[in-house]
Amino acid sequence: MYEILIIGILLTMGLVLIRAVIGPSVFDRILAVNVFGTLTVILICVHGFFTGRPDFLDLALVYALISFIGTIAVSKYVAFSDVKNPIRHDFFGDI
Amino acid sequence: MPVILEFLSWLLMFSGLVFCFIGALGLLKLPDLFSRMHAAGIIDTLGVGLIISGLFIQTGFTLVFAKLLMVLVFIFFASPTATHALARAAINGRVLPNVKNSDVPVPVDNNLISGETQN
Repeated sequence: MYEILIIGILLTMGLVLIRAVIGPSVFDRILAVNVFGTLTVILICVHGFFTGRPDFLDLALVYALISFIGTIAVSKYVAFSDVKNPIRHDFFGDI
Repeated sequence: MPVILEFLSWLLMFSGLVFCFIGALGLLKLPDLFSRMHAAGIIDTLGVGLIISGLFIQTGFTLVFAKLLMVLVFIFFASPTATHALARAAINGRVLPNVKNSDVPVPVDNNLISGETQN
């Protein structure tokens, strides 16, 4: 049963990768990579249960943290061309 | 494990898989960046929540339960935050929602590109 779940999640990740490749703007690609990271967390969890070693859940937690930080950093870099400075003084402010 | 709990667990996990698939399909087929964010929200809430709830029933009250709960709570808090930051970055990058008579505050610049690509 776990095999079917893993294959379905991999299929979903393939569909998300298509959007990451063809996505017209760079924000579409960032969104697709974010969703890909979330699906990877789920895949690691299910794989840990599939092999009977739930220690993989630690890896899933760390992967979720890194994926979140990566999404925030990349979107801030794309919006402001700058990761260091906190505030741009206009109508929209910072992220 | 009782059969009814096993059945409930697999039911939750496979409905989560179905929601993940629906979200990925929406991510492919919807016309706009912001509607694609809506489709990504399906994966981040219902897909992840249902699959991890199924794994909850599989494991029972152990340390694994606590780890799964940490993953679930973190994704529930982090994913809307990331989507919000991405939406702000997109509007700042002049990618606007593809709607007529929008109430979205428009950036002060001229030469806006509505719903189309910029980069």
